[in-house]
Amino acid sequence: MKDIFTIANNNFNSRLIVGTGKYKNFEETANAIKASGADIVTVAVRRVNILNKDQPLLMDYIDPKSITYLPNTAGCYTSDDALRTLRLAREMGGWRLVKLEVLGDKKTLYPNMIETIKSTEILVKEGFEVMVYCTDDPIMTKKLEDVGACAIMPLGAPIGSGIGIENKKNIMTIKKQSLVPVIVDAGIGTASDATIAMELGCDGVLLNTSIAESRNPILMAEAMKHAVIAGRKAFNAVRMKKRSFASPSSPKENLI
Amino acid sequence: MNNLNMAKIQLNGDPYEINNGTNLNQLLIKLKIQKNKVAIEINGVIVEKKKYPNLILIKNDKVEIVHFIGGG
Repeated sequence: MKDIFTIANNNFNSRLIVGTGKYKNFEETANAIKASGADIVTVAVRRVNILNKDQPLLMDYIDPKSITYLPNTAGCYTSDDALRTLRLAREMGGWRLVKLEVLGDKKTLYPNMIETIKSTEILVKEGFEVMVYCTDDPIMTKKLEDVGACAIMPLGAPIGSGIGIENKKNIMTIKKQSLVPVIVDAGIGTASDATIAMELGCDGVLLNTSIAESRNPILMAEAMKHAVIAGRKAFNAVRMKKRSFASPSSPKENLI
Repeated sequence: MNNLNMAKIQLNGDPYEINNGTNLNQLLIKLKIQKNKVAIEINGVIVEKKKYPNLILIKNDKVEIVHFIGGG
């Protein structure tokens, strides 16, 4: 069975999207991404360090020609900042597929949905394909879809918390009503969390800290790759019905 | 002491001195930055790459040079 992951008319093999932050160095970042099998990586836009001209660049380790860079707006708390960041990202080399996140406060890193919806609408009008980090509120995600988001990315738990999927019912509701891909973004702590997200029917998973802050990031990246594949296959296979009592797996007839 | 051949600009938030008449391409060469790996904003306006050679920096220009770094 063909099971293609499509975002804004682009096809991808892997349903796992990984962040490139929090690693020890770029070498570890590159190795972890390779082990994860991800086709898309999120990247942040920041000032060049003028004083240290010899500092290594992300692009020297992860080739944007062989892997899709998804510029994000991490650290932006207003629509204006987010728009400025993504316009700069586009100027850098024509990136139209972007991840929008407009944060509400530093403690929760919850999205400010009012600014997020406003920004999505403007970016779509400017020709961006916008994947949107958002709350798990089905009314808000519907609004995002209405203004043209190309993917809905509700959090499973706060960014960097590693708590796992706290809101299965809402994620399922959002998935059922959405016509664009739904990707759980944030909250994943370990492989089983990623599997659960996929078993709920989500189209993909976006994670960063769970790999970068594990003791062995390369091994965890590999685990996440398999976790997403396992969850997707289980979802497509349609799980058995739950029973209240036992049901023997061996035939009851012709016992000796 | 002001050197008449120099102009002070703001580069990524810090004061920086350039030769009068320096264009954006020349600034990048001096900074050893490859232009295909960055985006530049001057006084809040993004500059298209094809305009770098013709864009002469002047005193007090606020120049922001950004690139991609690791992020989630």
